[in-house]
Amino acid sequence: MEISLLAGSSPHIRSGESTQKIMRDVIIALLPAAVCSVIYFKVQAAMLILVTVTSCVAAEYAWCKITKKENTIADLSAAVTGLLLAFNLPPSLPLWMAAIGGVFAIIIVKQLFGGLGQNFVNPALAARAFMVASWPGQMTSWQAPGWDAVSTATPLEIMKKGSEAAGELPKFWDMFVGNIGGCIGETSALALLIGAVYLVARNVITLELPLAFIGTVGFMTWMLGGSEGLFTGNFVYHVFAGGLILGAFFMATDYTTSPVTFRGRIIMGIGCGFLTSIIRLYGGYPEGVSYSILLMNLVVPLIDRYMIPRSFGGGVAKK
Amino acid sequence: MKLLKTFKNGIIDENPTFRLVLGTCPTLAVTTSAINGIGMGLATTAVLIGSNVVISLLRKFIPNKVRIPAFITVIAGFVTIVQMLLKAYVPALDKALGIFIPLIVVNCIIMARAESFASKNPVLESAVDGLGMGIGFTLAITAIGSIREILGNGSIFNVPLFGESASPALAMILPPGGFLVYGLAIGVVNLLTNRKVTTAGCGAHEAGSGCDACPANCGIAASGKEVQE
Repeated sequence: MEISLLAGSSPHIRSGESTQKIMRDVIIALLPAAVCSVIYFKVQAAMLILVTVTSCVAAEYAWCKITKKENTIADLSAAVTGLLLAFNLPPSLPLWMAAIGGVFAIIIVKQLFGGLGQNFVNPALAARAFMVASWPGQMTSWQAPGWDAVSTATPLEIMKKGSEAAGELPKFWDMFVGNIGGCIGETSALALLIGAVYLVARNVITLELPLAFIGTVGFMTWMLGGSEGLFTGNFVYHVFAGGLILGAFFMATDYTTSPVTFRGRIIMGIGCGFLTSIIRLYGGYPEGVSYSILLMNLVVPLIDRYMIPRSFGGGVAKK
Repeated sequence: MKLLKTFKNGIIDENPTFRLVLGTCPTLAVTTSAINGIGMGLATTAVLIGSNVVISLLRKFIPNKVRIPAFITVIAGFVTIVQMLLKAYVPALDKALGIFIPLIVVNCIIMARAESFASKNPVLESAVDGLGMGIGFTLAITAIGSIREILGNGSIFNVPLFGESASPALAMILPPGGFLVYGLAIGVVNLLTNRKVTTAGCGAHEAGSGCDACPANCGIAASGKEVQE
């Protein structure tokens, strides 16, 4: 059953959009990255995706049954949450932890706050944050692509240690296609960008937020990330390593938790980029995309409040 | 009978943790294990009974204008006694509870009972009120502490439950786990007790006159459910 939105006064535009169609587009856009994750991390990645999607959908179904609400699994939003959560997990994670993460995302973060459209932060990212706090060891043990499960470091960890000069960094092309250690869905920038192009072409997302986000990270890491003074940072690696592409195009743009106006989305993008760069360059963690998006999610209502556009034909918007 | 009602009031109807939502600072901060919950709860109960009795005895003597400083002085005296006893006899617990023992001085449960009950009621009632509130608080934070210890440390009262290979969710004994369990526990308690409140709380509903004639505007429709705006 799809949620039908009722508009107030005329004029009206008839639109065929629905939650289900948008979510289906998001799933299609995530497919290339899913395929890449299975190519690089084999069965482990496939099992993680299967488990998180199943646990998210099952949790949503159970919640609707228990609270006697209309069954909402057909709108596919729980499946998208599950897919995004799997993309944020390391390949060697025990499957039961992934399942708990899926239940946490749907029950605690989404349904307890009122369900689709009411969650105050991104459910998949909040679940990831909970899992990093719960199982810090398992959530940060990375392995190299392939069957052998050789443990490795992510490019961002290598840069954090400051040992990129030692030639430990992977080649750019390996990093671009995803042949590196990392969360299963974040490594292949190429596959994610293909999905992002699809989303933009289908008008599901607009570009201002991701571009502001990535641009800010690129600029700040270029300016401040180098060891030999200003503007010597390795910004190419900062942009394509880690979860920036995944976060900027697929997580920060979540309708519920991003501003509704153009200017608001620019502010959110710059804020996310600023926080990500600060965490990466000066914080304790090598990667900060998920925390920066979660933090900016929290100020979205404030951004929206101060970015109310001028009403059509009206005077200056009153605050 | 009145004494029994006062006693029950603190444990169920006006449970300081789940109903009045007072004393949230120790509730969130020290409930990382069941034993901490019991220790904090009993320490608070001891102070609560003592301060309630003394404030009740002095209720006609304390001038209204300086009652808060007077209450705090009395409470601080009992807290000091409790702290010294803990240090002498259970130093491990004293170390685990740390700063939160001296902070009992400004615990809102104790201040609230002094202000709203002990300063207006005779000694025996005040002592029973302190005991009931103290037990209600102890039960609540021990329950929260147990849940957090089981989920976050895989043990209960320091007895391991799942064996050594288990990896419990560490977040549950970190600050976020405190907020999570506390919020969920309030929700569950409301869920279990709410029906009585919604149907019995509305006089207009019982009289059959409906919400239109009712000035209370309480948001509870005649069906007993909340009105969705």
